Amino acid sequence: MPALSPDDVARLAALARIDLEPAELERLAGELDAVVAAVASVSSVVSDDVPATSHPLPLVDVYREDVVEPSLPAEDVLAGAPAAQDGRFLVPQILEED
Amino acid sequence: MAPSADRSSGPQNGADELVRASAADLARRLTAGEVTSEDVVRAHLDRIAAVDGAPGDGRGVAAYLHVSGEEALATARDVDARRAAGEQLHALAGVPVAVKDVVVTRGTPTTAGSKILEGWVPPYDATLVERLRVAGMPVLGKTNMDEFAMGSSTEHSAYGPTRNPWDTSRTPGGSGGGSAAAVAAFEAPLAVGTDTGGSIRQPAAVTGSVGVKPTYGGISRYGLIAMASSLDQAGPCARSVLDAALLHEVMGGHDPRDATSLPDPVGPLAEAARSRDVRGMRVGVVRELTGEGFSAEVMASFRSAVDLLADAGAEVVEVSCPTFAHALDAYYLVMPSEASSNLARFDGMRFGLRVEPSEGPVTAERVMAATRGAGFGPEVKRRIILGTYALSAGYYDAYYGSAQKVRTLVQRDFAAAHEQADVLVSPTAPTTAFPLGSRLDDPLAMYAADIATIPANLAGVPGMSLPSGLAADGLPVGFQVMAPARADERLYRLGGALEALLEDRWGGPLLASAPALDTVPARPEVATA
Repeated sequence: MPALSPDDVARLAALARIDLEPAELERLAGELDAVVAAVASVSSVVSDDVPATSHPLPLVDVYREDVVEPSLPAEDVLAGAPAAQDGRFLVPQILEED
Repeated sequence: MAPSADRSSGPQNGADELVRASAADLARRLTAGEVTSEDVVRAHLDRIAAVDGAPGDGRGVAAYLHVSGEEALATARDVDARRAAGEQLHALAGVPVAVKDVVVTRGTPTTAGSKILEGWVPPYDATLVERLRVAGMPVLGKTNMDEFAMGSSTEHSAYGPTRNPWDTSRTPGGSGGGSAAAVAAFEAPLAVGTDTGGSIRQPAAVTGSVGVKPTYGGISRYGLIAMASSLDQAGPCARSVLDAALLHEVMGGHDPRDATSLPDPVGPLAEAARSRDVRGMRVGVVRELTGEGFSAEVMASFRSAVDLLADAGAEVVEVSCPTFAHALDAYYLVMPSEASSNLARFDGMRFGLRVEPSEGPVTAERVMAATRGAGFGPEVKRRIILGTYALSAGYYDAYYGSAQKVRTLVQRDFAAAHEQADVLVSPTAPTTAFPLGSRLDDPLAMYAADIATIPANLAGVPGMSLPSGLAADGLPVGFQVMAPARADERLYRLGGALEALLEDRWGGPLLASAPALDTVPARPEVATA
């Protein structure tokens, strides 16, 4: 039985905020099923006593002095935005109306 | 086989000689006043105009996504004027460089090979670009790559593939196929790449060039468009080990703007590259990366290079790293997981593409989904969905959690192997360059191209690829060297020595024997530069 159906991919795509066409869902389900089957062996090679490594080198947090440093000019930052107004990013409405 | 200079393309005039010169040689002649940076930059722009074409036009190498001719010439003239005025300049001042398009460049379009960033012009420079500019190195342009560095062939670029200069029906590897092809096709003496699972080393291997992934944190990640933050590492692409060392030294060293930047100063890498002495150096051949899955031709070239090292006084031993067999699987869980998180920033709000849904209410969330559906290519979608799956409730421990534990085991394998050996060696890639289109519909076959390079990324250790010769199909084979974290100079010591031994055998650099390239119509911005 496949681990991933087109419906599963649709649910994951919704979580990842990516609109996919029905043909893409079909295709991705097949491809991802093969990939997941190939990589699933990792869970069988490790035991509970092996610690996880999230980062390759043991660096500790480094803090800088808490002083204000220059930022990029707002107009430079907004120049690359899809839409801007009054020195701010202009975005679509955040909440759907009831 | 002996390279013959007369097979080289283009007229045997000064310009052709300038594009074939090493960065070290150009630096010396610029400092001595024998040549101007403007001449060097013009020669490279002419070469780009002659052989590069553009991605998507079906011809040419297509190493560049964007060529910054006017800007590079302006930097060159400035360097020439300051040098003429007697100013003390950086040793590489005036030597041009190409930069992978995943690295942000102030005022120069940066797309990471994606339609979602088409037309975006960054408002700041990556730290490594800032260092190139401070050194006075003209930036020739931005090189092609798999979209967001996701791929092993540069065919996942949204703008069309780059072609391998040795055989333009084949891929130049990836994701940094553009940077590797640019140096291999004499369209830049140096280039910057990034390596998350092999994206500098594997393209170097299949284009006959040199590529180095430094120790994680050795070159700042500030200004790199992130794929997998715990794996991403910028590094040099070049035609010789010494040239790679020179570029590495320019870019390396601590950066307060990157919290994962190593505090150490960059070591004496060029000195190591020049030492050419491997007597007593313990060289460990990795058993798990020299057998099944590697082509016979690749193995023959590899074994022959190891024999040369032994003859030169290196102590060759075999080492075993059993968990490397699971490194590829762990990588294809860790990398997509981190990528699915990093690529959330492409939401259609602050930069790049914004697409409104074709029907229904126009809310931020629906605009984000429509933008990402339209702006991301198939491999990026595949990896984001895979990462979302690996991180989702019920699967997190089995997949992402287990993959992180494999990472620990891979690090332990490296540590154990280095008790017996100063450096570890293997072929860089299991095969020579594969034909364009041959693996596009088979993600697992594509992923296998990185089987020998991924362990170094998981462990954060440095790795280099340099050419070990040509296979019977006439295509280059890459030789990989790995060293413990923060011991990058060992790569350059061994690599420099091996390169010298091989070039003695060949009678010159391997790339001197690359076939001539066809002249193709230039893109408009290069033709007018």
